[in-house]
Amino acid sequence: MPSPPLDDFIATAAATLDLPLDPAWQASIKANLEVTLRHAATVAEFPLPDEAEPAPVFRA
Amino acid sequence: MSKDFTWSTGSEIAAAVAAGETTALAVTEAALAVIAARNPTLNAFTAVTAERARAKAKAVDASPDKTKLPLAGVPFAVKNLFDIEGLATVAGSKINRAHAPAKRDAELIERMEKAGAVLVGALNMGEYAYDFTGENVHDGPSRNPHDITRMTGGSSGGSGGAVGGGLVPIALGSDTNGSIRVPSSLCGIFGLKPTYGRLTRARSFPFVGSLDHLGPFARSVRDLSVSYDVMQGYDADDAGCADRPKESASPFLTRGLDGLRVAVAGGYFRKGASPEALSALDGVAKALNARAVEIPEAHRARAAAYVITATEGAALHLERLRKQANDFDPAVRDRLIAGAMVPSTLVVKAQIFRRWYRDQVLALFKDCDVILAPSTPVTAPKLGQQTFMLDGVEMPVRPNMGLYTQPISFIGLPVVAVPVALKPLPIGLQIIAAPWREEVALRVAFALEQMGAVSAPRPNL
Repeated sequence: MPSPPLDDFIATAAATLDLPLDPAWQASIKANLEVTLRHAATVAEFPLPDEAEPAPVFRA
Repeated sequence: MSKDFTWSTGSEIAAAVAAGETTALAVTEAALAVIAARNPTLNAFTAVTAERARAKAKAVDASPDKTKLPLAGVPFAVKNLFDIEGLATVAGSKINRAHAPAKRDAELIERMEKAGAVLVGALNMGEYAYDFTGENVHDGPSRNPHDITRMTGGSSGGSGGAVGGGLVPIALGSDTNGSIRVPSSLCGIFGLKPTYGRLTRARSFPFVGSLDHLGPFARSVRDLSVSYDVMQGYDADDAGCADRPKESASPFLTRGLDGLRVAVAGGYFRKGASPEALSALDGVAKALNARAVEIPEAHRARAAAYVITATEGAALHLERLRKQANDFDPAVRDRLIAGAMVPSTLVVKAQIFRRWYRDQVLALFKDCDVILAPSTPVTAPKLGQQTFMLDGVEMPVRPNMGLYTQPISFIGLPVVAVPVALKPLPIGLQIIAAPWREEVALRVAFALEQMGAVSAPRPNL
């Protein structure tokens, strides 16, 4: 998974989610997002059948 | 009081109170005195509920039949994310200090006190439980009783320090990704993370609803078991609490190892482990004649737990991030803001993987009853230490202390964390069982304790 243009993504996501974004936080948020997306890619690249369902917590 | 009970187990205290050898009030006063003497060093407590404790102890002493109270007069304390009537539930944060005082105790506190235990206070923790160090920017770090320049581990750092340091025999904490098992390892004590849904979380402050567990810490397996037993039972006030009958573990403790098949996790669970962690693991595995087993895709399970934690945690705190971002611990804030930005498709992928992985791991339990694994890759790091070497690679401490715990809590398996009393610092192992089989893990832990293979070392304080 290629590294996305995270600085632009973070600025857009913060504005969309109405989250504050102090320039002093940018590097740390970016580093954290990079790690989280890397973990997410590790999971997403694992092939599972279309029928595989998520693990729900909600019980009716 | 004729005997020093400050390193006694809860079970020993309850027996002495029931036999009239001491009183709940005397034990409580002794515990309050030890807390006053040692807490300035260990920084385990953030609130001491002395008057409430004395009143409760007097009520226990007035009970007509104390033999019916399995925790008669046993002091205990709780991570400060548990509601305590009259106190704001701070959950390690600055923000929650503005919350109204809780109107009622957490359900687990009520159940412990119904069994005769005496709440003596609230314990330090990493902010909002997003932590493996036990450090807290608002309250200062919990300090390891075996070396006060070192971490307790987190996020239930005060729970680890209070039990390991002899301030209380039993504490309660929470474990989302390892926050009971990591401090148990670093502080050299026992901990129980039950099956997801076993113990009610009603009236505690959450972190990641689909991963949060509550459980006890103690210096003996029997204390873990007795406190676990009194806290069991369905509670409709926790949406995740399973509607199951109470299944007491204590009657099974002394059944020994006969008929139990023990495995030890290899691969991922050895990679990055320090010589101390491997020495502890191999020693116990040999004592139990364990065979090697591979937990498939454990690294991906850890990755998925990481993603779910970041995103569910962000959802929980979204409004606080919008309005009070400057009041967070900066390290927690930046992780949560990043979590808020993770695309939802990737979170669903993590939940899909979770189901698949659960099925693979449950299949392993057809051929074994428990699986051993390290609790932490290393013994307690120094306070403030930012990185450590794992398998020759420099890694950040804060997220990586939970490398071996995350793939297990990810699917809610019950785990007893047991301490191996290495010198100079202890380290812990996980005894992992199939869902709802806490009694098997406790039985193995008890057998190891009887053999002398695991024990809570007494620090020089």
